[in-house]
Amino acid sequence: MDASEQLETLVRTHMPALLRVARRFMRSEEDARDAVQDAFVSAFRSIDKFESNAQMSTWLHRIVVNACLMRLRSQKRRPEEDIEEYLPRFAEDGHRIAGHESWTESADTLLERAEIREVVRNAIDQLPDTHREVLLLRDIEELSTDEAAEILHVTPNAVKIRLHRARQALRTLLDPYMKPLTP
Amino acid sequence: MMNCNELITDFLADYVDARLDEETLADFEHHLDVCPSCVDYLRTYRETIALAAAAGRDVRPDVDDAPEELIAAILATRR
Repeated sequence: MDASEQLETLVRTHMPALLRVARRFMRSEEDARDAVQDAFVSAFRSIDKFESNAQMSTWLHRIVVNACLMRLRSQKRRPEEDIEEYLPRFAEDGHRIAGHESWTESADTLLERAEIREVVRNAIDQLPDTHREVLLLRDIEELSTDEAAEILHVTPNAVKIRLHRARQALRTLLDPYMKPLTP
Repeated sequence: MMNCNELITDFLADYVDARLDEETLADFEHHLDVCPSCVDYLRTYRETIALAAAAGRDVRPDVDDAPEELIAAILATRR
């Protein structure tokens, strides 16, 4: 196999996984594909360093995540929504002011409903960018707190705070949809 | 005893990650023993994490994961 055939094999092997990652970050198919192209172009510059395929997958994953974050930052941002309105509210004595509280089904049962999976993805997309990015990196791409902090150029503590707030906001956004199906 | 605000705002994420020290953990669990509202919040917080992980990683079979035009465009950058 010559060098160009090796390169084509590499692109074909890793494309599906990388494109799925990019689709989670980017809000349009066109942007996701552009981010994957950016990632491969960036990877080609130092591809010679890599011999093992396992190491290559991790390395390319990091590169495509970076490419997505750079693209998100270069795009004109929507005004950042205030996440406070999605956080739980508390009375002066510290008691929580409850919401719908109607989550009677388990996550496994809920996920069998295709519309719930779509609702969850849409709710993640409604989070303010700085919080959405942390949730994607930690809870979906499964990066560690330190890895996410490094990639976002923030402290590990900032990652922990944003992640907790992102999860709380997501919970609030999902709350109205979590009623049991009526027969 | 810690109140609902402290439990949810300050300690919940570390509890889920099993990072609370022994004393704080005992205080946290004592609050859960007497507060159904926080038990419910903890359960739905965990469900949220599970839902995000599963729905976020959902592979949609109707979407092309290796578009030929994209592969061609990427390979063209090396020619």
